[in-house]
Amino acid sequence: LYKLMEEGPLCTFQMRSVSVDLNHDASLLIDIPDALCERDKVKFTVHTKTTLSSFQKPDFSVPRQHEDFIWLHDTLVETEDYAGLIIPPVPPKPDFESPREKMHKLGEGEATMTKEEYTKMKQELEAEYLAVFKKTVQVHEVFLQRLSSHPILSKDRNFQIFLEYDQDLTVRRKNAKEMFGGFFKNMVKSADEVLISGIKEVDDFFEQEKTFLLDYYSKIKDSTAKAEKMTRSHKNIADDYIHISATLNTLSADDSTANKKHCGGYYMSSFVFLQKVEGRVASDQELKLTELLRYYMRDIQAAKDLLYRRARALVDYENSNKALDKARLKSRDIPQAEEHQKQCLQKFDKLSESGKKELTSFKGRRVVAFRKNLIEMAELEIKHAKVSSPIQPRDFYTLIHVYNM
Amino acid sequence: MCVCVCVCVQSGPASLPAEDISTNSNGPKQDSLFDDDPEDLFAEATEEVSLDSPERDVLLSDGPSPAITPITPPCSLITPHIDMFTHCSFDETSMSLFRSQDFSVKRRFSDFLGLHSKLASKYLHIGYIVPPAPEKSIVGMTKVKVGKEDQSSNEFVEKRRSALERYLMRTVKHPTLLKDPDVLQFLESSELPRAVSTQALSSAGILRMVNKAAEAVNKMTIKMNESDAWFEEKQQHFDNLDLQLRKLHASVESLVCHRRELSVNTALFAKSAAMLGNSEDHTALSRALSQLAEVEEKIDQLHQDQANADFYCFSELLGDYVRLITAVKGVFDHRMKTWQKWQDGQILLQKKREAEAKLQFNNKPEKLQQAKDEMRELEGKVQQGERDFELISKTIRKEVSRFEKERVKDFKTIIIKYLESLVQTQQKQKVKNIIIIIFSISY
Repeated sequence: LYKLMEEGPLCTFQMRSVSVDLNHDASLLIDIPDALCERDKVKFTVHTKTTLSSFQKPDFSVPRQHEDFIWLHDTLVETEDYAGLIIPPVPPKPDFESPREKMHKLGEGEATMTKEEYTKMKQELEAEYLAVFKKTVQVHEVFLQRLSSHPILSKDRNFQIFLEYDQDLTVRRKNAKEMFGGFFKNMVKSADEVLISGIKEVDDFFEQEKTFLLDYYSKIKDSTAKAEKMTRSHKNIADDYIHISATLNTLSADDSTANKKHCGGYYMSSFVFLQKVEGRVASDQELKLTELLRYYMRDIQAAKDLLYRRARALVDYENSNKALDKARLKSRDIPQAEEHQKQCLQKFDKLSESGKKELTSFKGRRVVAFRKNLIEMAELEIKHAKVSSPIQPRDFYTLIHVYNM
Repeated sequence: MCVCVCVCVQSGPASLPAEDISTNSNGPKQDSLFDDDPEDLFAEATEEVSLDSPERDVLLSDGPSPAITPITPPCSLITPHIDMFTHCSFDETSMSLFRSQDFSVKRRFSDFLGLHSKLASKYLHIGYIVPPAPEKSIVGMTKVKVGKEDQSSNEFVEKRRSALERYLMRTVKHPTLLKDPDVLQFLESSELPRAVSTQALSSAGILRMVNKAAEAVNKMTIKMNESDAWFEEKQQHFDNLDLQLRKLHASVESLVCHRRELSVNTALFAKSAAMLGNSEDHTALSRALSQLAEVEEKIDQLHQDQANADFYCFSELLGDYVRLITAVKGVFDHRMKTWQKWQDGQILLQKKREAEAKLQFNNKPEKLQQAKDEMRELEGKVQQGERDFELISKTIRKEVSRFEKERVKDFKTIIIKYLESLVQTQQKQKVKNIIIIIFSISY
């Protein structure tokens, strides 16, 4: 049962679930052509093709783990110079908990099911596991690609190390943790809402953005959760169809009546079909709708983080003003205070300027991505609609006719 | 008794009837859990019959002569009155058994139970498969409670109505039961004796429960020498059927539950998407999201309807059959008991014979005569026992074959109807999805 979970397949992925508008600059192309799952850990193969001279080779691959991605994201966040940029959200940890739990339950209930039922349920679970796997690879890939398309972030030294360094990054990761402590980030998270909404905003643009982002974030978070629940219900129904079709099959096998036997097989295949459809609806909905919402929820959090940093800079600036006034009063350390104040102002202005650019382009990106995803979702629905169901009305009448003969 | 008002059904005189919630004479053991369900007590209370609805006049039959009339079973239609549980049967029949072609009567839920208990006491022990009456407390009630209170009470009424209709139809389709005077009285007479029979029911019901328990113990000790392979095979068959049907029923109930969840979740998502659309500052995207929300809402309605179809079409029927199979197994048990009685008679007879022989040996003429008389009586009883056994076996064979034919037909109909409804839902869903396409492309 657990074999598949432990040695996952090598897969190549064509279709991306979430459309993220990327600048496909040929000078730096990144993808994750395959990945391996070992027990709990996923090993991604990060492949880079580049024409930039800053890299040692034009075409190379390195193995990376999820923790390496976290390290990269964190170093970018902690870098002062990037405070005015929206750092692409860190990809979430690969979560195989759900399929694993279901596999476990399935194993326990094996005795109560027919062999066919069990096989089908197992197939479903394997498909689910595969879907989780695919999703996690995509989301890691997208993270790197957003970095590579960003004019400033793509040039980051740590990014280059991440792509190129052919040794294990574990040592570097440990050092980084010691340097930054890690708790700085947590402190940031808990304080940001209050701080962002608390400051007095002079700039109209940021005032609007702040209001919009805070509100939108809570709404999209809610929608994501609800969409997930909807998808879950579809999956449950698909599972029910498996059980129903299996039991009908047993019933018809037990029945000695010839008619019923024939009937039973047909019914079973109808339910099997229904289950496939229901399952497919669930996974498509997941891909296009739920994943979209989930991704942009995280992206908006990243935008909020930018607002937070700017708010902090403003607070620093205001504090530095106060410090300067105090210094002038006491006639002590005036030059340092003046210097400090100048720096704070500079930082704040820089953040505001780049922040404005980033947020504007972010909005455009988001709208385009939503549109693309919704269209793709609809196209999938059309595709399903085209697949002719075996349960056409005419089939019924044929069936009834046969029995009445 | 204290009544906990969960079922929101308004009614006039809510006087609780004297009859309590007695046990069912049928059905699986889950019944006993719900016998003290106050909900149902209240439902009982609302069944006070109002006497304003007019009753059709009884027409003197001008139907065809009795001898030649083909027997078509009457079709009953049961419609509940808004506040009260009034049952009207419209019977259309050319049978001479009825006084008119089309008539209706009012009945209470306890009347149905009373009818069943009468039929059960008359026919079960001689091998007739008497259809079980709907359960007094409905297990699915809790699962139905989604949404507003009046909605769930409407569903409760509808569920009960539908169950009673199926019960009645099954009963009248049975050729022997249809001719039973109690059934005829039930269908025809304007007033049925109420309080007495159901009060008797309560004590009889308890007695029956005790008997059932005793039976269960007895069954373990009865080792019948089954000479008839047919019975052995059928017993096995019904045991399997019982198992599979329960499993299927459970799966379908789970399906109903999940589909209702889907409906709820879709509605929640629709609301959430609408709010997201409002929040969105890009106008076109905002419009698109709002439209997505609208479509999802419609889909939610679809899911709800489908859930209802799941439930009424499929799940309830399966529940009926689970109970029917129990009745069938009960009939087989009665046969065993009949056999046991016969055997016991034979053993007793044997003992008496030995005793008589001893008496003869000891030469006690007065006691001998008495013994001879007793023996003669016993022989008669044993012969009767054998006849009873043969009769019940014959009856069961007939009953089982009729039952199976009905069952196969029923299942076929159920499943086809159900799949048809699913197809329709899918078609509607396709239309909705195409609407999504249109709006998303347009923005």
